[in-house]
Amino acid sequence: MNIVVCVKHIPDPNLPGEMRDGRLVREGVQGTLDPGDEFGVEAALQLEEAHGGEVTLVSMGPPAALEAVRKGLSMGADRAVIVSDDALAGADALVTARVLAAAIRRAPFDLVIAGVESTDGYTGTMPSTLAELLGVPQATFARRLEVEGAGLRVERQTAEGYQVIACPLPALVTVTAGVNEPRYPSFKGIMAAKKKPLESLTLSDLGLSPDETAARQRVVEVVDAEERKAGEVIRDDGSAAARIADFLVEAKVI
Amino acid sequence: MARVLVYAEVADGTVDPAALEVLTRTRELGDADAVALGPGATGAADVLRRYGAARVFASEDAVFSDCVAQPAVLALEGLVREHGFDVVAFTTGYDSRDIAGRLSGRLGATLMSNVVALPSLDVARAAVFGGSRFVDVKLEGAPRIVLVRPKSFEARECGGRAEVVTVAADAPGDLVTARRVERHEEAASGPKLEDAPVVVSGGRGLGEAANFELLEQLADALGDAAVGATRAVVDAGWVPYSKQIGQTGTTIKPTVYLAFGISGATQHVVGMKGAKRIVAVNRDEDAPIFGLADLGVVGDALEILPRLIEEVRARKG
Ligand SMILES: Cc1cc2nc3c(=O)[nH]c(=O)nc-3n(C[C@H](O)[C@H](O)[C@H](O)COP(=O)(O)OP(=O)(O)OC[C@H]3O[C@@H](n4cnc5c(N)ncnc54)[C@H](O)[C@@H]3O)c2cc1C
Ligand SMILES: Nc1ncnc2c1ncn2[C@@H]1O[C@H](COP(=O)(O)O)[C@@H](O)[C@H]1O
Repeated sequence: MNIVVCVKHIPDPNLPGEMRDGRLVREGVQGTLDPGDEFGVEAALQLEEAHGGEVTLVSMGPPAALEAVRKGLSMGADRAVIVSDDALAGADALVTARVLAAAIRRAPFDLVIAGVESTDGYTGTMPSTLAELLGVPQATFARRLEVEGAGLRVERQTAEGYQVIACPLPALVTVTAGVNEPRYPSFKGIMAAKKKPLESLTLSDLGLSPDETAARQRVVEVVDAEERKAGEVIRDDGSAAARIADFLVEAKVI
Repeated sequence: MARVLVYAEVADGTVDPAALEVLTRTRELGDADAVALGPGATGAADVLRRYGAARVFASEDAVFSDCVAQPAVLALEGLVREHGFDVVAFTTGYDSRDIAGRLSGRLGATLMSNVVALPSLDVARAAVFGGSRFVDVKLEGAPRIVLVRPKSFEARECGGRAEVVTVAADAPGDLVTARRVERHEEAASGPKLEDAPVVVSGGRGLGEAANFELLEQLADALGDAAVGATRAVVDAGWVPYSKQIGQTGTTIKPTVYLAFGISGATQHVVGMKGAKRIVAVNRDEDAPIFGLADLGVVGDALEILPRLIEEVRARKG
């Protein structure tokens, strides 16, 4: 089973984000593999262990995306493809999907796995766009996935429980944080990752035209959200419960 | 006038209330039609017309609920090609995200998600950095796709008399391969999280799943209250996903929000900071949640909760 995992390099989520010219600054910022994508890598590795095949990571991002991809290779993925191009700064979700689709189409695949949403962008739709461009069905929000016969059985998380989706391969699946417990890269894995095949591509390698890769949206204004102000803070000395109850009475909910 | 198509999710015959909010706003900005697909769509059409849809496109065909996204995408593509919509608007529901994402790829249409305001039909305001900032994004081309977060607008009826146009369900075999074969879903009892005037919510600080019972008891004592949770405890399997509040969960705007053992991560805060008043109980005086609480209590949630339940019961008499 040949599995492609979409992995995104994101600015360290613990650092305050910075914007310049209406864009999230990604260059020169300490970055990391999107923690949400570790679940995708883990899911792929478990399927590979059970059914054989290869796991390929695909990422679009600045050259620093190498770090993110390295982490996935250290976890055990077999190879990686990174698409980097100055023309892609400010790419919207559609452009991202076009680029990833072009990179993925270069080799036959059975399954594409992505995260439900990225930690920094959280559009939450890029994988569906990618599935459409690749012409494959999708099962999103997977909290469990397994191979059944010639296809997949996916438990799809919903607001009120879950649904089971049956779908043939090739397909695209997005995974939630509930799907597995991502492994830590072992020392051996980290060493091995340095020797794994890693392909760096630009837009011209993918044969995409400037028109196809031009974002059709741009930030025209950045507005700070209204911050709530801190109110009274008390230390519980045994009377806090009564104080909260008074507050609820004042708010007219008791 | 610019033309808008609002996609309304229908579940068990009920229209997604967020779709009515979007419809209310977009009909102020242009001509707004609505579309509802799957069993319950004709009933939904009645509601959608009351909220001002000029026309409602509908189909009762079960293919739309049985199959994942693709038949709906084909139907929407047909509507866009026939009627030339400038904007196709969705909510951020799960099915909506699936369909909107695919439609973007199919039509080559730019897409903006997590929209919280629509200053016009080509500018969408979205929350970034977990809701600490907004960006106004100019969208180009037609159609443009937006996904609007619930509670961004107020829904208002306006008593329209839209005609209902039946949508054909003619997806070819290769678009009906991903199928819902089982459903394990159960509507929760009590007031819905997004409608309850009081939400009592718990995080990892409650220590273990069993302690959520204290929140249930508090909600019971208060009466019109619902129980919410952070993603940390949902991921840990303590409570079902339906209780998750925040960026990837439900957005709420209750009269009072009570947070017990919740740190106040931005992804959580974005879902509850619209509350009129916030009460937080946390053992750590530096917890970020205190930065936005109207009443903060530094203390042990597990000690305070039983006492609070007593206090509330006493005051209710
Ligand atoms: C892409 C993405 C999307 C996300 N979406 C969401 C979302 O929708 N909703 C969401 O909630 N989170 C979301 N998160 C996760 C979020 O970042 C936090 O990890 C999560 O909200 C933390 O949950 P918590 O407050 O329960 O746990 P913690 O951060 O671990 O906080 C527990 C708190 O309990 C306190 N505490 C411990 N013991 C006690 C006690 N006995 N009494 C009182 N206080 C005590 C501690 O001091 C601490 O502040 C998302 C994250 C990402 C990356
Ligand atoms: N630039 C990218 N490179 C690789 N994968 C991506 C990229 N952007 C998004 N993804 C994948 O798509 C998922 C959802 O992202 P988003 O739609 O941006 O919320 C992520 O979890 C990744 O798996």
